Amino acid sequence: MANTAHLEAQATGHDHASHDHHTPTGWRRWVYSTNHKDIGIMYLVFSIIAGVIGGLLSGAMRLELQEPGIQIFHGLAAMAYGLEGDSAIDAGKHMFNVFVSAHALIMVFFTVMPATMGGFANYFAPLMIGAPDTAFPRINNIAFWLLPPALLLTVLSMFFEGPSGMLGFGGGWTAYPPLATSGHPGPSTDFVIFSLHVAGVSSILGAINLITTILNMRAPGMTLHKMPLFAWSVLVTAFLLLLALPVLAGAITMMLTDRNFGTTFFNPEGGGDPILYQHLFWFFGHPEVYIMILPGFGIISHIVATFSRKPVFGYMAMAYAMVAIGFVGFVVWAHHMYTTGLSLDVQRYFVAATMVIAVPTGVKIFSWIATMWGGSITFRTPMLWAIGFIFLFTVGGVTGVVLANAGADRALHDTYYVVAHFHYVLSLGAVFSIFAGWYYWFPKMFGYMYSEFLGKLHFWVMFVGVNLIFFPQHFLGLAGMPRRYVDYPDAFALWNRVSSIGYYITFVALVIFFYATWEAVRKKRLAGDNPWGDGATTLEWTLSSPPPFHQFTTLPKIDSKDAH
Amino acid sequence: MVTGQFLKKMGAAAMAALALSPTMAAAQEGGKGHPEPGQFTLQPSVTPIQDSIIAFHDGVLMWTITAIVILVLALLVIVIVKFNAKANPVPARFTHNTTIEVIWTVVPILLLVVIAIPSFGVLSDQLTMPDGERKYLGANVFSMGEVDVPAPTVTVKASGEQWYWNYEYVDEGVTFDSNMLTDAEIAELKPGQPRLLAVNNELVVPVNETVRMQITASPSGVIHAFAVPSFGIKIDAVPGRLNETWFNARETGIYYGQCSELCGKDHAYMPIGVRVVTAEEYKAFIAAYKESRDYATAAAVLPAL
Repeated sequence: MANTAHLEAQATGHDHASHDHHTPTGWRRWVYSTNHKDIGIMYLVFSIIAGVIGGLLSGAMRLELQEPGIQIFHGLAAMAYGLEGDSAIDAGKHMFNVFVSAHALIMVFFTVMPATMGGFANYFAPLMIGAPDTAFPRINNIAFWLLPPALLLTVLSMFFEGPSGMLGFGGGWTAYPPLATSGHPGPSTDFVIFSLHVAGVSSILGAINLITTILNMRAPGMTLHKMPLFAWSVLVTAFLLLLALPVLAGAITMMLTDRNFGTTFFNPEGGGDPILYQHLFWFFGHPEVYIMILPGFGIISHIVATFSRKPVFGYMAMAYAMVAIGFVGFVVWAHHMYTTGLSLDVQRYFVAATMVIAVPTGVKIFSWIATMWGGSITFRTPMLWAIGFIFLFTVGGVTGVVLANAGADRALHDTYYVVAHFHYVLSLGAVFSIFAGWYYWFPKMFGYMYSEFLGKLHFWVMFVGVNLIFFPQHFLGLAGMPRRYVDYPDAFALWNRVSSIGYYITFVALVIFFYATWEAVRKKRLAGDNPWGDGATTLEWTLSSPPPFHQFTTLPKIDSKDAH
Repeated sequence: MVTGQFLKKMGAAAMAALALSPTMAAAQEGGKGHPEPGQFTLQPSVTPIQDSIIAFHDGVLMWTITAIVILVLALLVIVIVKFNAKANPVPARFTHNTTIEVIWTVVPILLLVVIAIPSFGVLSDQLTMPDGERKYLGANVFSMGEVDVPAPTVTVKASGEQWYWNYEYVDEGVTFDSNMLTDAEIAELKPGQPRLLAVNNELVVPVNETVRMQITASPSGVIHAFAVPSFGIKIDAVPGRLNETWFNARETGIYYGQCSELCGKDHAYMPIGVRVVTAEEYKAFIAAYKESRDYATAAAVLPAL
């Protein structure tokens, strides 16, 4: 059945292209694009550019933290401001906070989200459900084109005054007032607020488009319960975006009026409450971390099934585990706030609710392993990234269980243990799933095979590098090293040095990534429609590589017997 | 009653596990009150609260999460060895197994319940001000409480400023600022004390007495956080709010902490130094301070460091 659909789609696709004189070319094809695949590619390119900026910022941080004392930031400040001596050191300390804040904002809003919900979701969710495009192609265009100005605003914030006499916003991505209000009288914070507003509008539009597409444009016969898990993950994530981002927008709008128009929502001197902001922020912020990881869950499910040549184990449990994670993700926010002075009963509730999330997460981990169990596994590059993801996400997940306990979090809150935890689930979780998806779908998107050797080399070097960065940070956190510190007591020197060495190794891995991409495009090894064999059963593999400009002009029909 | 006995048994089992814990042994070698080079464990305890955090973390959480990671790793290794394309050329087609799915849903729930029992106990201890009657867990986190803690005798209000701490002995009318010492000042005034931790004016408190800490920040300032790892306390200093915590230190010495909420450019440079002294020394210090209104003069009555 799928094969017939494939042939029809191919035929009509080619036919269509040859008769369509309105297919735009040159810069118009991209700037005016309403094509979900072209927009997906633009999101991926955007994500890579932002990722390089965010990665270089963290490089400066690791250089600084390689040794106790201030190493480089007084020099950077001297260059940026023309200051000398103690004033250069003061400016350097603030600049470190600026780098910390910008690194997080760029990685969260402009690297991970555009890669998963922008790039892969736009490109592959319509293909997987057998749709010719997304429901609102023009909204799709504006959603993408809002992101470059949003990124620009964040980058610009680094060059405008924050605290008196110093450049940039150094209040962390969480931007807690009063540090983000009275602590930063200059306009840099307003740039960050506007940046998040614009990025938020982009994400909300993207979410509306994806929800409508997935609910209305599935091919005949593809019920929700036959829909591929990546489409499920995108659907759940889009709902999280739609519900969480307006709360962030409200919080930062209140902060904007506090800063500029004399309101005192978060200012205790006017009867406001700084803790109110934290509740609003984390009501968005906690679903946000699932927004970053859920699409990765979807990607991993397909890769594991494809390379095990076996259908996904426990499809319904996998889909509803994501729904459960998304739902519970909205009622656990104050576990980021155990030290703010919440009452005992409130902390008890958030401990219990947070630990509940471990159950559906465990279901996913074990179901991936059960998918591989009994399979006939080939260890191509995407599969290496997927297996790496499962292991590293488990490590990041169990430290989450530790932190869920308010009693233990007392010792670990705002230490490097937390930094290690969320980098294990994001930097080693979400990013590994993005690279897994990149290598899995690279032949489909570009029509060329990457080099297996380079892809595997990229994986192994990066696996060693990121573990070396982040595993020792657990030790630093247990020993008590606080986060967001430009300098630390000498006792923390050893593990900081190891962590910095890990960064350099990771840097090499990213050079390999760029070389592997360049090599694949240059060598032009044709991939064919389906380079992965009979394990790859979703609809995108029935199309040519790359797929025709418009696909499924005749909709594929999904047989009731077809596996998801 | 039955529950109590069950918990006691569980407690004994946990204690046995603790004795075997390699992380515990390593932690005990570390210095008290400050991190040691290369340390990879929680800082050693001098309070019942940090006792319970260490017992809960090292004795319950570390074992559980290590076991889970090893289980997942072992399953992955088995899958890689047994079900690669060479060893298993024809893939199975099964997609369901209700028994195993029920097991991997129910077992984690049970595990979480076992974690939650000591977790709630440890948490309740931290947030309940001693009244002299309530029993605290101490290191036996599966017990119903076996450590006596007296009601507070000293109340200190700590206020986070940009970027130093201000301490006020609420019942004594004594107040002073505590600033970090620069490297040069350490060499001159307090040689050998750790860089970025040493302060000019430590908070002086009596040993074996309960100290009630009230934490806030300058009303026009920003949020900070007051933390002393070896006491097991950390609480935000929020403008316009008065947060409360407590500690009861059983050993004299200097215990350091660091500001634990991003507060601006000198966030890394406003450490917390608490000097625990005997009850007599504490009384002499307060009396000397009231007379001289000068920290250095008052601190001179304390034994040399």
